[in-house]
Amino acid sequence: MTHRHTRPQGLPALHTMFSTVATQKRAAFMPYWSVGYPDYESSLEAVLRLAAAGVDAFEIGMPFSDPIADGAVIQMTTQKALENGTTVKKCLEAVAALRGHDLQQPMMMMSYVNPLLAYGPERFVQDAKAAGADGFIIPDLPPEEAHYFSEVCQREGLALVFFLAPTSSEARIRLVAGVATGFIYAVAQVGVTGARDTLSAELPDFIARVRRYTPMPLVLGFGISKPEHARAINQMVNGFIVASALLRESQHGLAAMQHLAQSLREAIATP
Amino acid sequence: MSDFYIKTGTTSVPTERGYYGAFGGRFVPETIVPALEELTTEYAQAMADPAFHAELAHLQQTYTGRPTPVTFARRLTEQLGGAKIYLKREDLAHTGAHKINNALGQALLAKRMGRHRVIAETGAGQHGVASATAAALLGLECHVYMGSVDMARQQPNVFRMKLMGAEVIPVESGSKTLKDAINEAMRDWVTNVRTTFYLLGSALGPHPYPMMVRDFQSVIGVEARAQMLALAGQLPDVCIACVGGGSNAIGLFHAFRNDDSVDLIGVEAGGSGIDSGKHAARFADLNISRPGVLHGTRSYVMQDDDGQVRETHSISAGLDYPSIGPEHAYLRSLERAYYTSATDDEALAAFRTLSEMEGIIPALETAHAVAEVIKRAPTMSRDSVLLVNLSGRGDKDLDTVIKILGDRL
Repeated sequence: MTHRHTRPQGLPALHTMFSTVATQKRAAFMPYWSVGYPDYESSLEAVLRLAAAGVDAFEIGMPFSDPIADGAVIQMTTQKALENGTTVKKCLEAVAALRGHDLQQPMMMMSYVNPLLAYGPERFVQDAKAAGADGFIIPDLPPEEAHYFSEVCQREGLALVFFLAPTSSEARIRLVAGVATGFIYAVAQVGVTGARDTLSAELPDFIARVRRYTPMPLVLGFGISKPEHARAINQMVNGFIVASALLRESQHGLAAMQHLAQSLREAIATP
Repeated sequence: MSDFYIKTGTTSVPTERGYYGAFGGRFVPETIVPALEELTTEYAQAMADPAFHAELAHLQQTYTGRPTPVTFARRLTEQLGGAKIYLKREDLAHTGAHKINNALGQALLAKRMGRHRVIAETGAGQHGVASATAAALLGLECHVYMGSVDMARQQPNVFRMKLMGAEVIPVESGSKTLKDAINEAMRDWVTNVRTTFYLLGSALGPHPYPMMVRDFQSVIGVEARAQMLALAGQLPDVCIACVGGGSNAIGLFHAFRNDDSVDLIGVEAGGSGIDSGKHAARFADLNISRPGVLHGTRSYVMQDDDGQVRETHSISAGLDYPSIGPEHAYLRSLERAYYTSATDDEALAAFRTLSEMEGIIPALETAHAVAEVIKRAPTMSRDSVLLVNLSGRGDKDLDTVIKILGDRL
């Protein structure tokens, strides 16, 4: 990893990205992909195809044997990734390789906490920074357990994203707003990840409740799968994540997946 | 046996955030954090309410059949020629294992909180049966997640759950055993958290579960301590229990935690032998088991170098789990409790020995504790006293044992 990053990294990169989409009066499209699915090389190709579809940032998924926040599709893709020998080190290599392909968008690495503990949290954050990552999403690490991670990320200038859910109390919204960096991951559905036919009816209330306490960018995830969903939330939040729907579509080939990504991107195009 | 323990009082765990020393905590998705906060508050209120205790005590006496007796194992003691062996008879509790103690406590709490849908995970099926039982008794809807491998090896328990009106949901992911059943139960809870009570069966998972399960199981040790004083005229020198997640062991140990003269010994599943790598002994081989996070709590986890959880092996479904309750990791770190293991073969031999010598067929889980008794009692003097938690009866395991021993009996 000897190449020089000319792009801003970490919090400034996210800030720039959210500012850009704000001037375009739209939400950022931030798709997820599982490293190692369907195999290592194809997963890099998938991310590059998503970049070609004009997405704004990436969630780079690292596999874990026991993904309790994930539904059937991500369970399947990360299981496949593990069978393909996808290690923490391989995921870091993927980020570096993508930067080597001149990928400019912010990349958030998503992992459950145990593989990061096994790798060593401090070493992981440093190696991720060297690879070109901008921050971390750790679904089983609520703020109460995150002190050490927070400290290391702060020192390295990378984002540590926390979640809020429709079940979160006002006290928890304040807590998360106080510690999250980069953006807040707003869980659109009470449940695990996975494409849904319709968005939750309580979404506007939930987002309004969070907005009352923080000006931080809100990125919506869980269940978003269709262009009509993207249109519906485009003016409500600062960004959205699509994962299972794209992974599922890729079973018809990466071209089909890219096509879905393009239609999602077009749904939020500035008129 | 040269076991030197530093005996330290352990009176004030967990902390407010659910920590037992460096172990425990609450590593879960945000969606269920509020539910865990609510559960912690509601549990504290219930514990402070004499009416809750009275209702639980009434059910323990009139439904579970508590107190369960302590039996002096005369023939086994004579045969082994060492310590006097006493059995705490949780196998005589309704449903045939200690699991009912916790299931009734949590089901009462669920009802108090107005939750009419309960979910549970199960390995050997004993917690599933206990949950189905408590749900039937209290009129709650019950769904039990169970690995398909475990369903195959614990058929009678699957049938018992269904008879009592529970839905048994086969889990096909991962190793299709207890670990995967917990994953699926947690996913259900994340999805239905507003209406559902997660009736977790062992002293593991996110805070407050390890504490709550310990408290509901501590009746075992409280009774046994008084019974030993009455029956043997002294406290036991050694208490032994098998440890999967660790609920029967912590239930026995808790009452003795400040009795410095009492050694506490947990027995993990040694599977095909520690050297084979095919076992579920989290404390036995620290090359493949290290502190980590699984199912919301920090404890020892059997894992590879990359932090992926390893598959485990044990003849007993109830001990076949890659992590261990955080309070056990804490008691071990304090050297207040000592942990050893018994292999599948040793457990099977103990299963036969206890059946033949005492007319008591133990669960295969329990047989691991009996195996340690068989190793240890002969090394102790005849005036010393050993208490083993006979955590469950073995009827559920007959299919497994028939396959192995059938033509050798």
